[in-house]
Amino acid sequence: MATASSPAAFADATRDETSLSRFLQGLPGVDQVGVEARAASLGTRSIKKTAKLWAIDTAISMVDLTTLEGADTRGKVRSLAAKARRPDPDRPDTPPVAAVCVYPDMAATAVEALAGTGIGVASVATAFPSGRSSREVKLADVALAVDAGATEVDMVIDRGAFLEGRYGDVFDEIRAVKQACGDAHLKVILETGELATYDNVRRASWLGLLAGGDFIKTSTGKVSPAATLPVTHVMLQAVRDWYDATGELRGVKPAGGIRSTKDALRYLVAVHEVAGEEWLTPELFRFGASSLLSDLVLQRRTQHDGHYSGPDYVAVD
Amino acid sequence: MSVWEYAPAPESRDLANLQPNYRPFIDGEFVDGGGDPLKSVNPATEEILAEVGTAAEPDVDTAVRAARRAFEQVWGPMPGAERAKYLFRIARLLQERARELAVLETLDNGKPIKESRDSDVPTAAAHFFYHAGWADKLDYAGYGPDPQPLGVAGQIIPWNFPLLMLAWKIAPALATGNTVVLKPAETTPLSALVFAEICQQAGLPAGVVNIVPGAGDVGSLLVRHPGIDKIAFTGSTAVGKEIQHAVAGTPKRLTLELGGKAANVVFDDAPLDQAVEGIVNGIFFNQGHVCCAGSRLLVQESVAEELLGKLRARVSTLRLGDPLDKNTDIGAINSAEQLARIRELTASGEDEGAQRWTSPCELPERGFFFAPTVLSGVEQSMRVAREEIFGPVLSVLTFRTPDEAVAKANNTPYGLSAGLWTEKGSRILWLADRMRAGVVWANTFNRFDPAAPFGGYQESGFGREGGRTGLEAYLHV
Repeated sequence: MATASSPAAFADATRDETSLSRFLQGLPGVDQVGVEARAASLGTRSIKKTAKLWAIDTAISMVDLTTLEGADTRGKVRSLAAKARRPDPDRPDTPPVAAVCVYPDMAATAVEALAGTGIGVASVATAFPSGRSSREVKLADVALAVDAGATEVDMVIDRGAFLEGRYGDVFDEIRAVKQACGDAHLKVILETGELATYDNVRRASWLGLLAGGDFIKTSTGKVSPAATLPVTHVMLQAVRDWYDATGELRGVKPAGGIRSTKDALRYLVAVHEVAGEEWLTPELFRFGASSLLSDLVLQRRTQHDGHYSGPDYVAVD
Repeated sequence: MSVWEYAPAPESRDLANLQPNYRPFIDGEFVDGGGDPLKSVNPATEEILAEVGTAAEPDVDTAVRAARRAFEQVWGPMPGAERAKYLFRIARLLQERARELAVLETLDNGKPIKESRDSDVPTAAAHFFYHAGWADKLDYAGYGPDPQPLGVAGQIIPWNFPLLMLAWKIAPALATGNTVVLKPAETTPLSALVFAEICQQAGLPAGVVNIVPGAGDVGSLLVRHPGIDKIAFTGSTAVGKEIQHAVAGTPKRLTLELGGKAANVVFDDAPLDQAVEGIVNGIFFNQGHVCCAGSRLLVQESVAEELLGKLRARVSTLRLGDPLDKNTDIGAINSAEQLARIRELTASGEDEGAQRWTSPCELPERGFFFAPTVLSGVEQSMRVAREEIFGPVLSVLTFRTPDEAVAKANNTPYGLSAGLWTEKGSRILWLADRMRAGVVWANTFNRFDPAAPFGGYQESGFGREGGRTGLEAYLHV
């Protein structure tokens, strides 16, 4: 196991497989009833008027506008890029999204379509979504994305290895991918729907952080359940604890199943009150979503106009 | 200045349908009471909400006689299945008028609207639904065939959960066939008088429920009235003792639900983040105006520092302010008198050597507010570890071993509730056996359900409310 860049505070934790297992197993447990109650209770915050407008604009700027389909074409990616640049062409003050998220073979098209906009290109990699392939194939997948100019790589962890308790293998793989990313930011997808327990979510979050992930991300969107509020709470708590221990700010990205502005506001409240206001920026929080953007744009119009305009006024892409 | 200020989100005060005057409810009618009217104040603004007529001795007498007549002629003889219909109707009306009651409760009491809306009112309705179900099944409650009601119950309730405490008292009394004369607290009489209106709406026979507002003197009249068969009191231990003196040597039955100084015990293997939530809920829910509040935090020394760090960070996020704002977590202290008591006791803690940490939140200019406060380095010998503060002030003590935790937790004349935080199931069972507390919560706190009996040990009182056990308080068994 490599230990090159783990902060000194955790050098012992990542010394060898046994230490890593002991560290992860020794993290405080997560009480399911408690974390779900807390998520539900924060979900009742009432965000109105100026607070809502700010939140909608912030949420738009945090969207990783995503298409991850077998049927993706260059045309589809280009129209998505157009929407990413100008989510509401009638309202030029609408902020652009944070990034467009595609498969590696579409990264070049996205890079070209977004050149000069400052919008990132995120590419999934490492045999997304299952992660069931050899290390070589996964790293080649990363290289494909990075060589095409992707600025962000969304990798999946090896859930099989994690569930077998081979934390060292998962750690090493994240490390290797991080290295292969070069300057590109690394988001580590935990696929929490397959980890099943909150204790596992907390362990996997720490594993991702220890191994150098810039972001920890809930899900691929291909497994149900995808992102949930309580899972995101656990991950936000992990990056908060990481910050308190090391002084480093790392990000969180819930992905899959967040479709409405109302949902997005609940997530932002959690970011605000669980992690802290430092995280209320696209540098540290993203929404992995496709249809969410349209609802955000619709609600933004409603807030400005004082009435609904209807979905036909929002681009379908 | 935060990057994201939540805009004000106040619930409309008009929903409370506030009247300028409220009157006692006796024998099915609102009547002028002979006592000096009292003024109910909104503790968040110090404005007068309404003038409330109070009962004098003849009014209490009329109410007791009306209750007696209703008991003998209508409610006592009525089949349980028929009584149940009224209780179900009341429960549904509470739900229908939930928003009105929530806003009214928040105005009168000072508690945050999210609590009156999500906790007080729905739980009050739940108590009526639950006890409605018992009314025709008393034969199967485990008290033998055809258990008989006691008669007329005099009930005296506190100001911390005005409507909910009313429900805890009235629902089981009515389900078992008793009639009641209830005195709401002096500072929070309004929701009880709207409840009286609901009794009218439900067509409840006259005299079954009587509400006599007033101060301690009215309570005293009730306690001493010879026409009363049972006294149920929730409030301070000092008043509870007076009541016990007064009913001694009389045939009156008595149940008391009094003060507490509950320990929330956190072990080093606890789910720490959720323990922090439980501690916050335990002491800051309803501004700490909760008899079963987890006002003493006992934390294992090995995790004390980490836990306190997390706790302070979390408490700093609590939003104190306008109780009607839907985002307010901490509302107003119910009265100037209570605020003075909280200040005095907290200062005594500092004087005796505890370290005070107070949330950096801003306090409104008007109204009775007290910022959430954590006193660490508290020892069992200090007043803040022994006396009930009944406010948003947590006393933190540490322990080294499970035996020491038990000894410290039980080292109080009270014994209402306790909280245990550990991931080890066997330890939970071991501890629960040893806690001298009527309610023991494991990895949670302040969870209430009408099916779960609630009540205390020692100076926290006797008798149970809720569940099958709670029926016993209103039956000849």
